[in-house]
Amino acid sequence: MSEITSTQKYEAEYFELIKKRRTYSAILLGVFIVLMISGFNVVDDRNAGSFWAGITSIFDFPREVILEASEKIEKIPGLFVKFFPSLIETINIAAAATLAASIFAIFLSMLATQGMAKWPRLIPVFRRILDIMRAIPDFVIALILIFILGGGPVPAMIAITFHTTGALGKLFSEVNENASLQPLDGLSSVGASWMQKMLLGILPQVSPNYFSYALLRFEINIRISAILGFVGAGGIGYDLKNAISWGKGRYDEAGAIFILLFVTIVIVDQLSGIFRDRLTHGKKSEGLL
Amino acid sequence: MSTNNIETLKSNVNKLFYFKRAWAFGIPIAILAYFTYVFISFDILGLSERGSLKNAKSLVGDMYSHKVHVTRDNRKGDISISIEGEKKGRYPSGEAPEWIELGSTSKINLGNGHLIYFGEKDVVYEVPNYGRIWAEPGLGSVEAEYPNGPLPEWINQSKNRVTITTEAGRLTITRNRTEVFRYFYGWELFFFTLDSQYHGKSISELTSLAFNGELPKIMRDFWYNKMWRHSDVAWAIGETILMAFLGTFGAALVAFPLAFLAAKNITPLAPVRFFFRRIFDFTRGLDHLLWTIILARAFGPGPLTGALAMVVTDTGTFGKLFSEAIENVDKKQIDGVQSTGARNIQRYRFGVIPQITPVLLSQILYYFESNIRGATVIGAMVGGGIGLMLTQAIITQSNWEEVTYYIILIILLVTATDWLSGKLRQRLIKGSLNN
Repeated sequence: MSEITSTQKYEAEYFELIKKRRTYSAILLGVFIVLMISGFNVVDDRNAGSFWAGITSIFDFPREVILEASEKIEKIPGLFVKFFPSLIETINIAAAATLAASIFAIFLSMLATQGMAKWPRLIPVFRRILDIMRAIPDFVIALILIFILGGGPVPAMIAITFHTTGALGKLFSEVNENASLQPLDGLSSVGASWMQKMLLGILPQVSPNYFSYALLRFEINIRISAILGFVGAGGIGYDLKNAISWGKGRYDEAGAIFILLFVTIVIVDQLSGIFRDRLTHGKKSEGLL
Repeated sequence: MSTNNIETLKSNVNKLFYFKRAWAFGIPIAILAYFTYVFISFDILGLSERGSLKNAKSLVGDMYSHKVHVTRDNRKGDISISIEGEKKGRYPSGEAPEWIELGSTSKINLGNGHLIYFGEKDVVYEVPNYGRIWAEPGLGSVEAEYPNGPLPEWINQSKNRVTITTEAGRLTITRNRTEVFRYFYGWELFFFTLDSQYHGKSISELTSLAFNGELPKIMRDFWYNKMWRHSDVAWAIGETILMAFLGTFGAALVAFPLAFLAAKNITPLAPVRFFFRRIFDFTRGLDHLLWTIILARAFGPGPLTGALAMVVTDTGTFGKLFSEAIENVDKKQIDGVQSTGARNIQRYRFGVIPQITPVLLSQILYYFESNIRGATVIGAMVGGGIGLMLTQAIITQSNWEEVTYYIILIILLVTATDWLSGKLRQRLIKGSLNN
């Protein structure tokens, strides 16, 4: 008798709980829907063109570009050659920035990791430095540097290096935390300096992960480098901006740049995907041995 | 046999060491060679010509200090005093800060014993440890008299212009006007502009006024400060967050159903899967920049365009991530639900969705966080949110204190969302482990 009442009690409690949970979910969903709709309306009001007017003409611009580019199809290969140096510049900005940032990030991340830091008391300081470097958007630094240094690739390179150091530094220090510290003890017992301990004890353990993260960042940085060109630094983004602002008659150039940029991004993504896959899988097979 | 083995082992080890050594030297040399190439191709040596130390100085100076201009129109004889030379920061005529005494001969005290007198037409600057400088703008040129001895390098004299720069300020005299700059630490008029009655009041005065029922008025004067536009800035920050919110969650809503169509264990038809995967690849591959340009043509500049650009690119990213998450679900749970006689929809609802929700939510949050940072950049391109205000301030090339203010706000915003989403994601992941 008492067993039945207790199961009934539990059942009632269970359904009570479910009901409560459903009410909460419904309220949350309601709030979310209201936020989405009202947010959309606010943004739609503040925009120059409205959503419903624009949605019908969304393919007008791509169509114009494609039409004009296909009319002047014989000029496209020449344009590829013309814009190739800017593309190389964009890639160079990303590559040099990623490389430099990786080097800075390796040191900063080691200085910010428990057990590896040269000055353990300064760990919070280096962490905050990395946080701040990560928080400042790269285009802000680029715009300020363009004012000081003039246009060209250097402001973009410095800006991307700065932000990437912060981003990679955080990822690297997470990798460092998983590294074994035992080689360090061995190395200190033979009197190795801090630099030697890091180079010989830590780097061999973490370098595949470092490399994989750096490649991922390189993919992102190529895109950012193109965007920074668009706001004033050099490279293909700058050419794209010029080609577009000329309007009709120059759309063959815009089309050629679109294609160059798209193809580059896809190729880099694919290559770095293959490399990263190999790095992680290589590590797995090593682990098996 | 065993000696043979040892021999091969030895040679193998030697080979390995040789390669390792080659790598150890080769990589740094390759990096160095690449940097040398970049150094030359980016023309870093030419930077010193293109760059401007003057710009850097004015930028850094503006970040932590401001200057007050005292200007006399040499034709009409009026004196106007304004902060940073801006119209919004001009003192009402006849009023002056306490270091300026207006009169027939106006006295301007630059501090540390530096005194400037504006006479009828002429100017006198008494520089401590140097002497008295007299200057008068004439019809064609500026006449000036200096103490005996060679001209120091901080005085710049040409036919039409005399510029005297000391540690206390700067005096410029041309035919049309005589202008004095005095520098102060801090950002000018951050709380109240000159036309507010609360300008120049101390914190204790303000609190006592606030308790006497003037709080709404004080807040209004602060909120609608014409120089710093606090209400506009707050609105812009809100717009940036809104853009990221709409972009991220809009993309999640679009990608969620499509991800099922691209998942191997849900959609058996390979062509359908292939089609949706290529769509995801395409929207992801055609970068933010290109989507922004295309969408800006259709929708015009503004925050909606920014939000839509994020929706399009993140749909690709989410589609890929979500479909991978769906492919990784545990099949047993679906079978279990099916064994109770559940229909297709119910199988998804109770077999798949509870498994993927924490993963999906944590991915969405992660992208929301990174989109807040992205929204500042996109805002700068399409014209919306704090990114727009920032670029506008940078374009003026003089309001660096505002630029600094916006950058600080952006850093705070980004760090706050980082922290918040980190906390939430941690709870989501822990919650899913407890279940």
